[in-house]
Amino acid sequence: MPSLGADMEHGKVVEWLVKPGDYVHKGDLVAAVDTDKTVMDIESFQEGVVAEFLVDIGDTVDVGTPIARITATPAELPPPQPAPPLTSGTLSPDARSPLAAKEATPAHPGGPAGRPDEGGKASPPVRHLAHTLGVDVGRISGSGPGGEVTRADVERAAAASGTKAGPAPEAVAEVPPERAETRRVRSSPLARRLAAELGVNLQGIAGTGPGGAVTEDDVLSAVPPRGRSAKGPGAAKPAEAPSSEAPASDAEPAEAPPEALHEAVEEAPQRVKTAAGGKAESLRQAVGALMSRSKKEIPHYYLSTTLDLAAATAWMQAANQQRPVSSRLVPSALLLKATALAAKEAPDMNGFFTRGAFQPSGAVHLGVAVALRHGGLVAPALHDADTLTLDELMDQLRDLVSRARAGRLQRAEMADPTITVTNLGDLGVESVYGVIYPPQVAMVGFGKVLEQPWAHNGMLGIRHAAIATLSADHRVSDGLRGGRFLARIDELLQKPGEL
Amino acid sequence: MNEQEARRAVEAAIGKVAPDVGPDDLEGGARLRQDLELDSLDFLRLVEVIAESTGVDIPEVDYPAVGTVDGLVRYLAGHG
Repeated sequence: MPSLGADMEHGKVVEWLVKPGDYVHKGDLVAAVDTDKTVMDIESFQEGVVAEFLVDIGDTVDVGTPIARITATPAELPPPQPAPPLTSGTLSPDARSPLAAKEATPAHPGGPAGRPDEGGKASPPVRHLAHTLGVDVGRISGSGPGGEVTRADVERAAAASGTKAGPAPEAVAEVPPERAETRRVRSSPLARRLAAELGVNLQGIAGTGPGGAVTEDDVLSAVPPRGRSAKGPGAAKPAEAPSSEAPASDAEPAEAPPEALHEAVEEAPQRVKTAAGGKAESLRQAVGALMSRSKKEIPHYYLSTTLDLAAATAWMQAANQQRPVSSRLVPSALLLKATALAAKEAPDMNGFFTRGAFQPSGAVHLGVAVALRHGGLVAPALHDADTLTLDELMDQLRDLVSRARAGRLQRAEMADPTITVTNLGDLGVESVYGVIYPPQVAMVGFGKVLEQPWAHNGMLGIRHAAIATLSADHRVSDGLRGGRFLARIDELLQKPGEL
Repeated sequence: MNEQEARRAVEAAIGKVAPDVGPDDLEGGARLRQDLELDSLDFLRLVEVIAESTGVDIPEVDYPAVGTVDGLVRYLAGHG
């Protein structure tokens, strides 16, 4: 369970986007995780074959808990033999493969760049050799520079596992005996959960799924009919779970599935509703906890300046006249782009303060505070916002906001922002003094774009203007730098055509 | 387009852009920003949806005229 934000302590797996046996690349989306804030898709940190899920749908686990085991070659798949259902206590920590353990490493807010790249542990030719020999590179501790796995390491490992004789190098983690002997029942996570809730022993059930896996249907069939109908009439609503979760309801359209199934199957479609409704309270708490931490730890200082938006507004209106509605710009897009460019030039404002020190970020991942309709907010990132054209930024902004509201963000979007912008002006306030999102060190706020009386060259005129504010971390910067940063945003907005 | 059709189109469009806005919230005087809490992106999407469903493209200069549900209905009835 990766960390999806500085404030995340645990997450609930609500959907698997892969199934055992699937080949995943590093970065492929593997699961949807419900945090206190929203539902996010998380990606694999490994390339390999999904061997098994270590947690079931609906399980809430702490950050750092392995949720799936990924092996490097199909040969590593556990044999499809019956066994007691796997519980979290079944495997001792060292019985988990190193890959699973690595999967467990909480993602540092610094993102993948902050970690050693697991993919670089062995050079591609060595990985290829390992693959050919059926050796899992992830299980070998390398003897090369920086722990890199060398050709010799792979050959040694292959020889050791091939002969099973002689002193196998310690580095080669054989499948632990307890694991090899464990006779597992192949079953879907849903079936396991259902079985647990219905008090059915999976061992006694003949599986009809792929590879003899026990399916939800099989579990249901194992329950005496009387017990089933007694479970209540929960199935009036058709269960509209996606893809592989659906067969249970398809097979028994006329039967009332037990509440447990109903609940489990409904889980995924409920997601959006939950994210919008019952979610509000936990989101409130999560936001509260994070903001309390920010106010306790970060010595904020605040600045404000009035942005002259005459040029920007005129430019945007002229541009929008030429455009179909679908590609029109909003003032926020210009403000965000100017902020991203200014942040690129102001390392003191852009980065993370962790473990007592500030690390500036080379890239600008601009967090955008998005108010959710039922209260609360999330601030996912527009990656590399300084490099986007206004049109790209606009497209990504619309996509990001709609996904944030639908409760469907990706891990990196939540974990990566290096500086955040809140644009409450959209809803009418003139200025907003934000609270910094730890571990970031600055928050920019934009108020409403208003026509204001403006003195210029001894003349009074009317211009569009907005108040920009900066909340910044005094441990990292002070008013002089902060003021320069805000002034730079204003300066950039005077040449909107160059944004 | 008569006013009734326009109102139906407006209600359908708002329902699409902000599904959580209930029918009760859609009284004529409701302001899109303050009362319905549509932000500028929502508003843009609303204009887009309306253009798709009614063919009426509201240019940016007319945005001030369509700040309320009634304003939007009148605008569509007058231009559709």
